[in-house]
Amino acid sequence: MDDRRRGVVRNSLGVGAAVGAYGVAFGAASTAAGLSVLQTSLLSLLAFTGGTQFAVVGVISGGGTVAAALGSGLLLGARNTLYAMRLAPLLRPRGPRRLAAALGTIDETTAMAISQEEPELGRLAFWWTFAGVYVFWNLATLLGAAGASALGDPKRFGLDAVIPAAFLALLAPRLRHGWLERRVAIGGAVIAFALIPFTPPGVPILASSAALLLTGGWRR
Amino acid sequence: MSLWLLVAGAALGCYALKLAGFLVPAHWLEIPQMRRFVEILPVALLAALVIVEGVAQGRRLEFDAARLAGFAVGAVAVWRRAPFLVIVILAGLTAAMIRLA
Repeated sequence: MDDRRRGVVRNSLGVGAAVGAYGVAFGAASTAAGLSVLQTSLLSLLAFTGGTQFAVVGVISGGGTVAAALGSGLLLGARNTLYAMRLAPLLRPRGPRRLAAALGTIDETTAMAISQEEPELGRLAFWWTFAGVYVFWNLATLLGAAGASALGDPKRFGLDAVIPAAFLALLAPRLRHGWLERRVAIGGAVIAFALIPFTPPGVPILASSAALLLTGGWRR
Repeated sequence: MSLWLLVAGAALGCYALKLAGFLVPAHWLEIPQMRRFVEILPVALLAALVIVEGVAQGRRLEFDAARLAGFAVGAVAVWRRAPFLVIVILAGLTAAMIRLA
């Protein structure tokens, strides 16, 4: 293995460990919302897409219905379809490898794969980032879920402050893209805030997608 | 029971969304409106989640001092481009300390 390939593998595993560790917060949030440790782990193993997983348990912990939680989560997960369409010509996976590649299609693996200079390095980055995030995310989820159940009230260790901060961290890189993103974010935030007292939990999040129509975000 | 429905729906739905991208014809990606929509949609949803997780308690607006202070410290860390884990730890620690005091 030459130096460049080794560098890609090292960076991929580094991203995997850093991102995956954050599964502790998901595990804790999920059990605090009332999911069992097994249900929490299954979400991380099978859904395997952080933003969606947080959204789903967030709506449930706020008292929302299963339909509202699934609606918000799947809307947020729809971007993975786009990532997969972008990765398909690069990875060209066939048979069982295609099923595995689909599971691994998330923000981080896509970003690592498409930012490499050569297709071969891109493929390497995809699979190693996937492996790193998958292993660490699932171990961390289990740790967070089991640990939080043992520690008791999650408010005692500030979990309710951690979750909005985590969503802001996911949002921030997109806000740095430009004014359209900022307008859409402000629109979504205002819509959600205004609806909280008047609609069932979960609905303000779904309704925020209307910000795209109001700000013309779907056109340009 | 309904939580099992949630887990199954989220797992199947998320996986199907990913797999669909590998199965659809590549030229779909060239429809600019559709691409724009899917790229920008998470911005609105994530912004809404920040607000709802920050100030909602079910259908009530709740401005909890410890939660908001923890969030504010986390927001500064985001602004300073701190690593993910640092953001999460600072936010949680701040809220926890205020509740202890």
